[in-house]
Amino acid sequence: MKQVVAIIKPFKLDDVKAAVQELGVQGLTITEVQGYGRQRGHTEVYRGAEYTIDFVPKVKLEVVCEDSEAEGIALKIIDAARTGKIGDGKVWVTSVDSIWRIRTGEAGPDAL
Amino acid sequence: MVFNFKLLNAGDTAWVLIAAALVLFMTPGLALFYGGMVRAKHVLGMLMQNFFSMGLISILWAVVGYSLAFGGTGKFIGNFEFAGLKDVATMFPMDPKGTVFFGALTIPPLVFMAYQMMFAVITPALITGAIADRMRFSAWVWFLGLWSILVYSPVAHWVFSPAGWLFHWGALDFAGGTVVHINAGIAALVLVVMLGKRTGWPQRPMPPHSLPLTMLGTGILWFGWFGFNAGSALHADGLAAQAFVNTNLAAAAAMLSWLAIERLHGGHATTLGAASGAVAGLVAITPCAGFVGGLAPILIGAIAGVACFFGIMLKNRFGFDDSLDVIGVHLVGGIVGSLLLGLFADKSVNAAGANGLFFGGGGALFGKQTVAVLATLVFSGVLTFVIAKVLDMVLTGGLRVSEEDEEAGLDLTQHSEVGYSLQNQ
Repeated sequence: MKQVVAIIKPFKLDDVKAAVQELGVQGLTITEVQGYGRQRGHTEVYRGAEYTIDFVPKVKLEVVCEDSEAEGIALKIIDAARTGKIGDGKVWVTSVDSIWRIRTGEAGPDAL
Repeated sequence: MVFNFKLLNAGDTAWVLIAAALVLFMTPGLALFYGGMVRAKHVLGMLMQNFFSMGLISILWAVVGYSLAFGGTGKFIGNFEFAGLKDVATMFPMDPKGTVFFGALTIPPLVFMAYQMMFAVITPALITGAIADRMRFSAWVWFLGLWSILVYSPVAHWVFSPAGWLFHWGALDFAGGTVVHINAGIAALVLVVMLGKRTGWPQRPMPPHSLPLTMLGTGILWFGWFGFNAGSALHADGLAAQAFVNTNLAAAAAMLSWLAIERLHGGHATTLGAASGAVAGLVAITPCAGFVGGLAPILIGAIAGVACFFGIMLKNRFGFDDSLDVIGVHLVGGIVGSLLLGLFADKSVNAAGANGLFFGGGGALFGKQTVAVLATLVFSGVLTFVIAKVLDMVLTGGLRVSEEDEEAGLDLTQHSEVGYSLQNQ
C-alpha cells in the first residue's frame, strides 16, 4: 500500500477533494500547516516596521491507497491543485507497511 | 466654596455625567487598542494593566487624588481638605480667579469630581503601551498608584485647578494635552529606558496579533473622546459643540494625513496606520478643543498625523523600545497640540481663552504653552525616574519579569490564564 501526501494552496482544497473523489477514493485527511519552499514567505508592514513572515499557510492532504492507485491519485491532485504560479506545493508517495481498521480489526487492503 | 444648588442646570449635569461615562469607556477602549498590538501570549497582561487602573485609581482618587489635585489654593499642589470625599457633595474648591471657573459651574461638585476621576484613570493607563510585555504586574500596581498620587495629581493641579500656577498664569489646556498626554508620554519614555527592551527587539519580529481588536479599540477611543473634549466644557453649550466638532475634524484629518504619508513613503494604506493617525489627531486636538475654531482643527489634525508618523521612527533611531508607540503618538502629539494652540487659539471661540500668534495675540501664549510643556516634561520625567528607581530597589523581583517569564508570556506567568486557549503560541 501507498500513502499519497500533498501540500497544496488552501483555496484549492475543494477542487482537489472533488477530483480525488472522482477516482473513488474512500477517505482522506487534511491538516492546516505552515511552511515554505521556493516561494519563501511574504512581508508584512506594521507602522513602517517590516516583518518577513517565512511560513505560508498551506493544507496538507493524506490518502492511503492500493499500490496501483497511487500514481493516478497523485497526478489527479497535481492537475487539480495547479495554478501555474509559484507556491503550488508538492505531492509525494510513500510506502505503507501495514494498516488496520480500528472498528472491525480488518487488516491490509480490506481496511482501506 | 459651597455650591448653590439653585444654580444647578439639569442639561449641563446630564451632559457631564454622560461625558464622564464616555471617558471611563476609553480605558477599556485603550486596553483593546493596545491589546490587539501585542503578541497573543501577552494580551491579557496588557488588558489587565489597563483595567486595573479603573479599580485602583478610582479608589485612590476618592481617598486623596482629587483633594491633592483640586483642594486648597496652593500654586503647585492641592491639600487634604477633600480627602475621603469630605464635603465634596456640597463644596467646590475655592476659586482664586473669583467666579470665573468653579463659581460659574452649574453641576454638582460630585459630578465634577467623578468626571475628573475618569481622567485620572486613563492617564497612567496610556503608559502601558510603551512598556508592553515585560513589566511585572505587581510592580505595575505599585507604580500606577504612586505615579497617580505623586505625578498626576500635582500636574492636574497646575493645569486644571484655577489655583494652579499654569492655569493662573494663562497657559491653556482644554482637556489635557499636558496633564494627560505629555505627562503620560514622558513617563512612558523614562520607564521604557529604565525597563529596557523586550527580549529580542528589534531583531525578532513582534507583529500585532489582532488588528481587529485594535480597530475596535480605536473606535471606542474616538467615541469616548467626545466625552473627554466636549465634556471639558463642563456645560452643555456652544463651546461643548465647538469642542465636539473640533475633536471629530482633527481625528479625521490626522487619519487622512497619516495614511497619505504612509502611502507616499512607499507603503500601503494600513489599518494600523488609520488607527494610529486617528489617535494622533485626537491627542493633538485635546488641549485645543475649546479654544480653536473654523478650519484650525483640520490643520492641527493634519500636522499631528504627519508629526506622529515621524515620531514613531524616533525609537528606531535612538534604540528605545517604545513598544506600541506611546511616545511617538502621545508625547509627540501632545507637544504638537499644546504648541499649535499658541498659534491657533482664538478668543472669539472662547472668551476665557486667549489669542494665539495667528489671531493677533502675538507670541505670549506660545511662550506660556512652551513653558507648560517643558514644566510637565521635567517634573513628570524626574518623578517617574525616582518612583521607578525606588520600586526597582525595594520590590523583590524588581520591575521586570524574568526572561523565562517574558518568553512564556505575561498571561500565563502574571495571571495564570491564556487569552486564546485553542491557539498555538
